[in-house]
Amino acid sequence: MAERLIELRNITKSFGRVYALGGVNLSVDKGEVVGLIGDNGAGKSTLIKILAGVVKPTSGKILVRGEPVTGWNAARSREAGIETVFQDRALAVQQSIVRNIFMGCELKGRLGWLNTAKEVREAERLMREIGFTSKVFTPRSIVGQLSGGERQGVAIARAIYRQADLIVLDEPTTALSIAETNKVFHFVRQVRASGRSIVFIGHNIHHVYEITDRFVVLDRGKVELEARRADVPSAEALISFMEAVAKPDKAADRGRREAGAAT
Amino acid sequence: MTDAAQPENPSVEAAEATRARHPLEHPVRRFIDANRAALGTFAVLVVMMAIFIAASPEVFLEWNIYRAVLTTLPIALFLVVPLVFVVTAGEIDLSFPSSMGFSAWMFALVVQAGFSPYLGLAAAMATGALLGFFVGSLVVYFRLSSLIATLGMNFMLRGVIQIVTQGRSIALVSLEQSSAKPIFSGVVFGVPTQMLWALAFVVFSSLLFNRNQFGAHVKIVGDNSDSARQMGIDVNWVRVKAFAFVGLGAALAGFFSTMINFTWWPTSGDGYLLPALASVFVGGTPTWGGVGTVGGGAIGALIVSFIQTGIVGAGLSGFHVQFFNGLIIILSLIGHRWNQIRYR
Repeated sequence: MAERLIELRNITKSFGRVYALGGVNLSVDKGEVVGLIGDNGAGKSTLIKILAGVVKPTSGKILVRGEPVTGWNAARSREAGIETVFQDRALAVQQSIVRNIFMGCELKGRLGWLNTAKEVREAERLMREIGFTSKVFTPRSIVGQLSGGERQGVAIARAIYRQADLIVLDEPTTALSIAETNKVFHFVRQVRASGRSIVFIGHNIHHVYEITDRFVVLDRGKVELEARRADVPSAEALISFMEAVAKPDKAADRGRREAGAAT
Repeated sequence: MTDAAQPENPSVEAAEATRARHPLEHPVRRFIDANRAALGTFAVLVVMMAIFIAASPEVFLEWNIYRAVLTTLPIALFLVVPLVFVVTAGEIDLSFPSSMGFSAWMFALVVQAGFSPYLGLAAAMATGALLGFFVGSLVVYFRLSSLIATLGMNFMLRGVIQIVTQGRSIALVSLEQSSAKPIFSGVVFGVPTQMLWALAFVVFSSLLFNRNQFGAHVKIVGDNSDSARQMGIDVNWVRVKAFAFVGLGAALAGFFSTMINFTWWPTSGDGYLLPALASVFVGGTPTWGGVGTVGGGAIGALIVSFIQTGIVGAGLSGFHVQFFNGLIIILSLIGHRWNQIRYR
């Protein structure tokens, strides 16, 4: 049995009278890639924001390496070894790449002043390691000058820099080109090979199926399915299941359409 | 700099080879990129001075006209530089004139009671920082609009001063003989010591802005407070600290203005509201937050302080001052808009 890294127990979150999450359990083992899937509004982003400490759950427990945590917030989450690549990337686009990579975790030198030279060196090393280099930008370039894929690169670089035990990727491949998407997949495999864990959130079930060890399907704030990849024959099976969960009659529609196409 | 989105270079060796002399890493290029706004403001100053000198060289090539400016400029610097922090953090503080008067009042009361002026200075600084802390907490934790809330605080604090003092000023004759006089209001090599203190303050603030976590967080919070929060930065606390810094600067401004002629007036600070704000924006700090320039703000303060002296020195009547004040503000804003790109 692999070592348990993070456990969310019976998490609920309500915004006013609307329940975004109604008692969700999610656990991540060491070295595991967990795919979190579900429709828009299923509660995926809310769940990972709770994991990242950005949103406070209405009720429920968070355990890190088996220990329950108190006073959970974004800073604590990062201290516990969780780095999140948010869907909106959480960048400050008027600042340099270095400032973004070290956002909230600036390197300090003598008398508490910033050690910018070291930050630039480290950023350069990191960017070379993950193949995120270019003739048109340096670590000192402003993030606003970069393309969407490059900005995603900055967000991912930041997540890796701290050698986090768990990296959460919230729809990292939306709006990326095929080459950029492949880069993200390559990165996910690298992280898993190094014994660290990933929670991968995606809309594209084929993408998620391809790289994850275990799926958690959320629907309207509830976990509808939790399965190891070995137990699910194909991405199509997963898609059919999700459609059946979301809109039972629509799944039937799809069946009819497919039958029609065959004739 | 191009913002062409080129594919990333996959070859590590090639990247390493070009790294040594990356065209964007040339020191001159880097200096210009990092100080665009401040250099723009400096250009405005040079053009303005050139016009003044051309208009009446006999006045503007004399040291005397500059000495007058050097006594009042320090007060503006203590106000403008911290304001750059607050504006960069995406907020505004209009309460600094009253904080300035209030802190200087505490200084005057301590000295009047017979205590050391150094203790008075400490009391003023503590008062200013506390007032800033209070104003900032009000804005941040009650989620008020800083524009309106600080305007209200400005009236309220000034009101407290007027109610208590009944409009009476405090003369501090004992300062004339104190050891504090040559230190804070003397002259060294023809330069008023206030100016040296103010310069030290500008240099320190510039380091705080560019080489310290506080400055880095101020910029990130002003740039995108959601991102800052998601990365674990205590956004509210950063904002409160920026307001407290304005309070501290206002206290120093109030102290030095009282040290000029050893009298505290209940109106102390009143006249600085609009010139100080104008200096921040003339200096090249944009209104939208996330970026700012301490050096530019300091040069902006010099420009705004010099216009009045300059207009009169150039032989125009005092009636022209406001017109040229406005003209300089508008022209420099247009210049900065052209000089700076807003990244989104």
